[in-house]
Order: sequence, then C-alpha cells, then structure tokens
Amino acid sequence: MTRRLLLLLLPIGFIGIALFLYQGLGINPSDRDSALMAREFPAFEASTLRDEHRRVDQTLLTGEVTLVNVWGEWCPACKQEMPQLLELADNNIRMVGINYRDTREKGLEFLSEFGDPFEVNIFDPDGSLGFDLGVYGAPETFLVDADGVIRYHHKGYVSPEDVRERILPEVEKWR
Amino acid sequence: MALIRTFSAAFMLLFAVSAIAGGIEVREFDDPVMEKRYRDLTASMRCPLCENQAIDDSDAPISGDMRERVYLLLQDGQSDIEIIDHMVQRFGDYILYNPRLENRTYLLWGLPIGLIFVGVLVVILMVRARRNASAKALSAEERARLDALINRERSS
Repeated sequence: MTRRLLLLLLPIGFIGIALFLYQGLGINPSDRDSALMAREFPAFEASTLRDEHRRVDQTLLTGEVTLVNVWGEWCPACKQEMPQLLELADNNIRMVGINYRDTREKGLEFLSEFGDPFEVNIFDPDGSLGFDLGVYGAPETFLVDADGVIRYHHKGYVSPEDVRERILPEVEKWR
Repeated sequence: MALIRTFSAAFMLLFAVSAIAGGIEVREFDDPVMEKRYRDLTASMRCPLCENQAIDDSDAPISGDMRERVYLLLQDGQSDIEIIDHMVQRFGDYILYNPRLENRTYLLWGLPIGLIFVGVLVVILMVRARRNASAKALSAEERARLDALINRERSS
C-alpha cells in the first residue's frame, strides 16, 4: 500500500515541477520592472540641452507629477513616439526629457524636426544619468511623483494605446 | 623551465586575445588579482539588453558602460559585493547569473537539494518495502513444507 502511494508520488511530483517550470517559459524577460520602482529619482547634476550654462539637478523633478522620457536622436522608436508625447504634453502633463548619449547639435535638430513636448531637456551625453536610472536602451519613460519618487516605468516605444491604457491612468493615480 | 614559462605565457596571451576579440575593449591591469576580479565580475553579470550574454561577452553599448563602471569601481577600491550591489541597485536582480540567497530565492536554491533528498527517501522506502514483501511471500510448496515440519514437531 505505501509502495503504491510512493509510486504515485513520483509522477505527481514530476507534473508539479513541470507545470511550475512551464509557467516560467511564458514569462517575457524584457517585461521586468525597473529596479528603481518606488525609489527616489537618482541624484544628478547636469546642464540642459538648450543652455550649457544652466545647471539642473534632481530637485527639477519634485513638486509636480512629471513624465521623464529618455531619448536620443539616434533612436528610431523615439521619433515614432513623439506624437504621443506631444499629446501627453497637450493634456497638461509636465514632461522632462533626458537627451541620452547624444550631441547637442543632433538633439536640437531632432526637437525642431519632431516637435518639443518637453519643459526642459537634461543633457546626458555620456549616459551617466541613464546608467543611474538603469536605462539600457532608449526610449524609456519614467513617471515621477511630486515627491520625486519613481512610480511607473515604461520600457520602449509608447504607443497611442499605451498612452490611453497605461500612462494616463498612472498619471491620474499619482496626481 | 624558462622555455615552458615562455610557452605558457605565449599561450595565455593568445587565449586572452581570442577572449577579447569582437569589439570588446582591452583593459590593462597592474595587479593580476584585480584583473581576475574584473574578469569574474564581468563574467557573472548578464547584459540587461541582450538577455543571455554576460557583459564581458557583449558589444551592446550598455555592456560597455557596465564594464567601464566595474573597472572604475575596482580602481576605486570597492569590494566585489559593493560592486554587485551598485549594479543590482540600477539594473535589478536580473543581471545576476547567480541570484543572491535571500527570502525570495530560498525556493530556487533549495529546490534541487530538496528534490535529491526526496528522491533518496523514496528509494530507501521502496527498497525497504520490497525487502519486507519478499520476506513475507512464501510459495505454496514452501508453506506446505513448513506446515509439515510444524506438524511433525507437534505429533512427536
């Protein structure tokens, strides 16, 4: 009797582990959350894209819910998501850009060609602020609340559906 | 002896060159211990962008940045644990090929050991059950002989 029970335990255990591992196969590894979620926006000091003499730091991102978009002229998806970002700015959402691994010249060219939804752009040519944000490719978008805490992270291209279904509700939630 | 040493040095140089080929920069170290730490650290971190390449093996821009940061932190005198923490703070546990032992990874680390334990237990119980069963089972002939012996004992 015990022997039969033991023999039954083997296939049950096997199926259990197989199901557990099979579930893992369906997880998209690029869907993971940012490591900075619910943490304060990292400290930084940088100039702005338009004015190399103007210095900004992390206090730029406190006081109001802000969407921070990491972009670069070299990044094709950044161009495609610009209409969505302009729409967000039209919805009275404060937008701040991080011009990531770019040159001033190319960055400004980009803004004049594709529009400028940003109140200000932080100039990050060596990607050091991007590094502290855990950015590993542009575009990436962070929602920072009025206390300067990161509340939402969107990796990659922002589609019109993303604006409606994810970003606008998140902005409302943290306002 | 000197010949062997020359040969092995040449061989190692060859190995080093082949290992860093493919767009990945060469870094000079005065201290071989630090060089080893650099190699181990960059081999143990996963590139966040390319999903299954260590940063020492990937030419993604972010991997280059991460190698540079590891190098700078090593020069800065930080310990391996501090450097790993520095990276995990920014890029998450995802980048560790060997996840750290903590509350939510006990199952991960414990499962193989647990399974071996359960397997051994099952084998022991099965062997024991089989042994008991074979001791119990007597063939009809054996039983008849046993009965005959018992009866002879009683009748005498």
